[in-house]
Amino acid sequence: MWEQIASNKRKSVLMVITMAILLAAVGYVGGEAWIGRGGGYYGLFAAGIIWLVMSLFAYFSGDQLYLHMAGARKIKKEDLPVLYNVVEEMTIASGLPKMPDIYVIDDPAPNAFATGRKPENAAVAVTAGLLRICNRDELQGVIAHEIGHVRNRDILLMLFAGVMAGAVVLLADAGLRGFIWGDGGRSRRSDGGSGQGQAIIMLVGVVLMIVAPLIAHLIYFAISRKREYLADASSAVFTRYPEGLASALEKIAAAPDHMPKVSRMAAPMYIVNPLKIKGDAMANATATHPPVNERVRILRAMTGASFADYDQGYRQIHGNGKGKGVVPRSAIDDVHAGSALRIGKARDLYRAPDEPTESVASGETGQPGERLAGTVAAAAMAAALASSAGQASAPDEGEPPTDAESPRHQTLDRAREVDDFFYRQDQYQRLECPCGAVLKIPPGFTGTQVECPRCGTVHQTSAFGSFALPD
Amino acid sequence: MIPLLVIIGILIVVGAWVVGIYNGLVRLRNQVKEAWAQVDVQLKRRFDLIPNLLETVKGYMQHERETLEAVTQARAAVAGATGMSQRGDAEGGLTAALGRLFAVAESYPDLKANQNFLALQEELASTENKIGAARNFYNTAVMSLNNKVEMFPSNIIAGMFNFTKDQFFELTDEGEREAPKVNFS
Repeated sequence: MWEQIASNKRKSVLMVITMAILLAAVGYVGGEAWIGRGGGYYGLFAAGIIWLVMSLFAYFSGDQLYLHMAGARKIKKEDLPVLYNVVEEMTIASGLPKMPDIYVIDDPAPNAFATGRKPENAAVAVTAGLLRICNRDELQGVIAHEIGHVRNRDILLMLFAGVMAGAVVLLADAGLRGFIWGDGGRSRRSDGGSGQGQAIIMLVGVVLMIVAPLIAHLIYFAISRKREYLADASSAVFTRYPEGLASALEKIAAAPDHMPKVSRMAAPMYIVNPLKIKGDAMANATATHPPVNERVRILRAMTGASFADYDQGYRQIHGNGKGKGVVPRSAIDDVHAGSALRIGKARDLYRAPDEPTESVASGETGQPGERLAGTVAAAAMAAALASSAGQASAPDEGEPPTDAESPRHQTLDRAREVDDFFYRQDQYQRLECPCGAVLKIPPGFTGTQVECPRCGTVHQTSAFGSFALPD
Repeated sequence: MIPLLVIIGILIVVGAWVVGIYNGLVRLRNQVKEAWAQVDVQLKRRFDLIPNLLETVKGYMQHERETLEAVTQARAAVAGATGMSQRGDAEGGLTAALGRLFAVAESYPDLKANQNFLALQEELASTENKIGAARNFYNTAVMSLNNKVEMFPSNIIAGMFNFTKDQFFELTDEGEREAPKVNFS
């Protein structure tokens, strides 16, 4: 974990240097363009000043700016006790020195982000839409992802990267105007002397001014994409339950609402890209986030809940278990050692004993909404994956196609089939009550009797059967 | 002259090395202490929430005296526990007793509609999660310390300055492993 933070810091330094070079180049050329020969140094100076001011501003109030832009308001424990508790739980699980402040954004689109300059004064913001559609497990997964950003020091990195990219854009824009209106352009035109050389320099300058903002964006986006994988892995480690985040991501991606007000520079901060740009060829290079369905598949491919398991899942999705992983080696070794301490089943550790469980004897009447919503999405996802297997590139942001066209009962049957398949895989036993409810008995069940939650009939253990194989 | 300088040089290097390892051990020991404090805070919080819970459910669950008494007894056992492993047993027993209480509460619709009960349920569920997380963190810290105390060459320094291995904290109750989730009748 510490190694991971260290590697993050190294990469940040490298990136800051690259961006600084870009900024300097843009400043110099911009100066030449505005003032004429020898003006480059003034441009350099101006670029330095702009960068310094923006960085200081970002460091001391960038987090507040982001929160303000998003329209977030701070909440206390009394306002939303469950959200508060979940954040506190994940703070403890991650070992952060201080619990982040919690903000809520009044927006129907489900999303979340983290910001702040260091773990001691971080903030986590979630939208009202997220609170509406997520159950407790899913909320935990999302919050753990955001806490992962805080823990991996991504928040400061993103803050600075955003500012530098912003500065480059600003200066390049000014520089381009300089070529058109500035002294440099005019004097060169009237100079006449070495016309051709000047023209070439000018051409290079113009190209730089156009290309620089794009490069700045690409660097910014590339960083943010890698961070997303790491935060997903962290989320799985903190919650020990990757399925929570997987199902939350699915729900978020499937939600119809977007957040059009979010600026492009703030977009990489969110758990799922709030501006669903898709369809253009640049989508892959400029995507701020990895495709959601890919992230979900990695999380679902995990066999445990450690960094090593996430890495394994990543490699499985990207090239059949071979190739380079996404989690730094050192982080894997470190946490893998720690995961030997896990006691009992990872899931049970985080499942409170009182929670009405979907897994046991809830029958079809338990919480049909929650459970089915999840499985329908899963089934739709599976179908989508099957149909797009031939295509090399997965659709950006991977919206699972809705099965609105097909009859509803068909969808339910399919969902049930998938459900049964997984219960079978988990070696659950099945018991059909005369009242129509289907009871699912976990493999570790030791009692002799089970009461049907719908009609109250008491069944003996001997009546248990197994789940049939799906056709 | 030269040999003396070499010897002094070696002494300085060795000294710096010892100081480094010693400081590392101190850091790990403090980390363990801090992690334990976090576990303790959560366990205490659970301990304090229980009287409230019992007060709330008492009126609804008159036929479940055994379940309620089991919780009371488990809580008393926690108060009387000494030493890490005994504490682990007692806390594990309390987790199991609470689990049974909440499982039984499922069959009391009136109780489940009680706002006070719901708030307590969320609070206890969350505390349970926090205990799990804090315990995990504590055990990881203990393992780092124990490794350093046992492994060469840091074990030499550890022996010189009386650093000892710490105990893992585990909720050892069989009942906890299979959290009761079914209505027995």
